[in-house]
Amino acid sequence: MWTKRKEEEFAPKPPSPAPSIPEPVREPPAPAPAPKPGESELPRGVAAIGKSVIIKGQILSREDLYLDGEIEGTVEVPENRLTIGPHGRLQASIKAREVVVLGAVNGNVEASERMDIRKDARLVGDIKTGRIIIEDGAYFKGNIDIVREPPKPAAPPRPASPAHPSGAPAAAPAPPAAGPGAEAKR
Amino acid sequence: MFRDRWKLGARPAPAEAAPARPSANGADSRARSAVYSRHSHGLEEFFRCLEGETGLSILDLAGASQANVNFITNFGHRLYSEDLYQILEAYFGQGDFYANQNDAERAERFLAHSLNFPDASFDGALLWDMLEYLAPPLLQAAVTRLERIMKPGAYLLAIFHADEKAESVPVYFYRIAGAGTLMLTLRGLRRPAQFFNNRAIEKLFRSFRSVKFFLTRDHLREVIVRR
Repeated sequence: MWTKRKEEEFAPKPPSPAPSIPEPVREPPAPAPAPKPGESELPRGVAAIGKSVIIKGQILSREDLYLDGEIEGTVEVPENRLTIGPHGRLQASIKAREVVVLGAVNGNVEASERMDIRKDARLVGDIKTGRIIIEDGAYFKGNIDIVREPPKPAAPPRPASPAHPSGAPAAAPAPPAAGPGAEAKR
Repeated sequence: MFRDRWKLGARPAPAEAAPARPSANGADSRARSAVYSRHSHGLEEFFRCLEGETGLSILDLAGASQANVNFITNFGHRLYSEDLYQILEAYFGQGDFYANQNDAERAERFLAHSLNFPDASFDGALLWDMLEYLAPPLLQAAVTRLERIMKPGAYLLAIFHADEKAESVPVYFYRIAGAGTLMLTLRGLRRPAQFFNNRAIEKLFRSFRSVKFFLTRDHLREVIVRR
């Protein structure tokens, strides 16, 4: 009997339902304030420089970047998109994968993939890009050089097994750099 | 191959966009209000002259537009874009447009800002009708500048209004819709600085190698000039 009671005492009880606490009334989240006319909505996950910021020097970004301030120097966003907002004033040379201009740029732009000059944007400088879009109403003065990527050569078929069917030695890999280290690796 | 690409690019104009003809007194409202397309023998000839070449440098004075960028860069050419009319407006627009151009200091500043390229930079230039809006001293300076910045053997396309009675002429954005087809969008009206007959055009380009005229039905003279 003692044992039984003890077992009952220490037996794991099923989790009892939590005491019912009246849930607070949740108000629906307030809608985000609509962007004012002339201000563009900043997408998430983008580094941003606001319109009251002035930077002189070099900017290097490894994520999408939105510039709405005054920048003088160089801007590099090699793998991502650079957006120059409507208040952005850049006196800079720019290198990016994709460039979207809504403000004013004075300087050369290199956009490896695509360049987008929106209505009311102003760009004075030379452009080197793969593709360009110019909206009517944009002001552009400069040179446009469309760089077309050469078609990639088809990869040579790889042999299924290391053994060469003809018995000839397989193509040797590129010779390693000469030197004692290269020798040791062999 | 080149000709095939031309044919692909030459799309017929939409039926509703019938070419309008500016009349003697400029009363034809279609030419002054609508976007319209017209055939251009001069443009056709310009690109025929460049046929078979790639990697040329082309100067376009109509300002940057998607149509012109696509058309020219599709041939593998480099495009230099400059909106000469907008620059003229910016420099001389306040007050009397042509009297301001006679101000030597202003004209010098304009020439420092515009058409300012190294010698022999371009293989071709699309001047459109921009020379008509230059007062004589500035016009002569601009033509001398053009001669300097064009390569020997380069081609220029210029358009002049032939209707000498017109008080004002429509100023357009010139968009290339295909080889020999232009899409014109009205951007304003202006009295040209002077009207040019064939003799006056030949005189203007007297230091160039050749001048070839194309008369059109809409009171325009299209001219291909060879440097």
